[in-house]
Amino acid sequence: MDKMVPYPSGAIVPERDLNKTPILETHHLGIDFGGLTAVDDFSLTVGRTEICGLIGPNGAGKTTVFNMLTNVYQPTRGTILLDGRSTAGKTTAQVNRMGIARTFQNIRLFSNMSVLDNVKVGLHNSIKEGFFASVTHAFGFRKAEKIADGRALELLDFFSMADIAGAKAGSLPYGAQRRLEIVRALATNPGIILLDEPAAGMNPSETAELMENIRRIRDTFQISVMLIEHDMNLVMNICEGICVLDHGKIIAKGTPEEIKSDPAVIEAYLGKKKEADGNAEG
Amino acid sequence: MTLVSNLINGISLGSVYAIIALGYTMVYGIAKMLNFAHGDVIMVGAYISYVSTASLNVPPLLSVVIAMAVCTVLGILIEGLAYRPLRKASSLAVLITAIGVSYLLQNAALLIWGSTPISFASVVPFDSVSLFGGKLVITAESIVTVAVSIVIMVLLNLFTKKGKMGKAMRAVSEDKDAAQLMGINTNATISMTFAIGSALAAVAGVLLCSAYPMLTPTTGSMPGIKAFTAAVFGGIGSIPGAMLGGIMLGVIEIFATSYISSELSNAILFAILIIVLLVKPTGLLGKAVKEKV
Repeated sequence: MDKMVPYPSGAIVPERDLNKTPILETHHLGIDFGGLTAVDDFSLTVGRTEICGLIGPNGAGKTTVFNMLTNVYQPTRGTILLDGRSTAGKTTAQVNRMGIARTFQNIRLFSNMSVLDNVKVGLHNSIKEGFFASVTHAFGFRKAEKIADGRALELLDFFSMADIAGAKAGSLPYGAQRRLEIVRALATNPGIILLDEPAAGMNPSETAELMENIRRIRDTFQISVMLIEHDMNLVMNICEGICVLDHGKIIAKGTPEEIKSDPAVIEAYLGKKKEADGNAEG
Repeated sequence: MTLVSNLINGISLGSVYAIIALGYTMVYGIAKMLNFAHGDVIMVGAYISYVSTASLNVPPLLSVVIAMAVCTVLGILIEGLAYRPLRKASSLAVLITAIGVSYLLQNAALLIWGSTPISFASVVPFDSVSLFGGKLVITAESIVTVAVSIVIMVLLNLFTKKGKMGKAMRAVSEDKDAAQLMGINTNATISMTFAIGSALAAVAGVLLCSAYPMLTPTTGSMPGIKAFTAAVFGGIGSIPGAMLGGIMLGVIEIFATSYISSELSNAILFAILIIVLLVKPTGLLGKAVKEKV
């Protein structure tokens, strides 16, 4: 793991990413629902190939941040720069094409479609195939489909899933569905992939495999991974930078070591010291 | 021989219903809305074909292509202007808008072409086929209608089952938000579905008026409702279901007309629909919706 070093702006990134444009930058991002401020003043910089963790207690606004980054929710305030370009006013589909992909907390595969077709939906924008080719299955249809099939199988093979390419996505076991969601997101050729609780519901050996896979994704595709996760063992093991959110605000940013010993983080997770240990104050 | 002849007429009429039902079912599948203006697009298609041949002296086959092009644009316009602004509105608001669009089209046609029924000249240039020494006569329109609907069914199946746009359509119909996050432009995909449905409606309009040559601004409404019934009968959202439902409805209608009563044929038709839905609420080929608890 590289050392985390500061940009001139003060944000820390892995040393190897220092001379590259950050893949993701947010400035004072905030969103209100009605009168309620769900997330406020969210400023974060993610390096080109950084594995970054977004943690915090339940209801802290982590998934809301993901929804803003993908323009599922339009932020009320602040800016998002994806690879240096603002995503303001873009649709969710356009933001995806700009280089951001995600998975969901509750799996949202196209469950009636095959495993292969799910990945090919992810490849949608890289398949060169016109309307009449689709209707007639001529005019370069076979060639385009062959390239897409090859690419999809290659991605599936990366997660040892090529042999179940023909199975219906909804019929896969839970762990395989989670992996397929990651493959499908990778198929959109992102610069950063957002994983929303990727280890939820996994046993320790599956989680260990997932950690290995997340590192392999970063190393192979040279992209950044940002993840929301409650499994602290996973977060502390693979994340280079961690951002802690509580009640919609960032309470700490730093390396795993810094986060572990941050009093504000300990307070958010364990409650105030006097509540946790009444005698200490006395 | 009358039995065979009735069967052929029924399949032919049913094929027209099936083509219209495909439009209903595809739009329902992807946009989860009932486009009640779909029947009136049929009528517009027939008028465009009529005007092209009668006033502009365009050859019949080309007039069908023109009708398809005009209806494609019309379908995209209806979706973009009337339905898209209501994407997040309640389904009731969308339904009422669709009924409004239906009346708009009928009255616009009334304004442009008047209420006098037009005698539509068949676009099918062949003669009827006479078999068994004249005992069985099959009209050329019947043959062409069935052939065209088979071709449409095959192409539509190729389109939706394979290829990137068909996959995008299925993805949007399963989970619109997830599809968007895969970089799929859902608005464009929904527009495309309306475009395909409306182009098919134009074909259906021309075929219908070639077989039953009377064209008025309300020509599309009854076949529209019957095709919608066919789509529900077969299982709304299912493409093979729309095809099966359409053909069954056509056969039932013709049989009821010839063997029971022509006045009662529609009543019998809808009575059968009610019975089928009581027994199988999702339609013949409809998928059972699993309720999450």
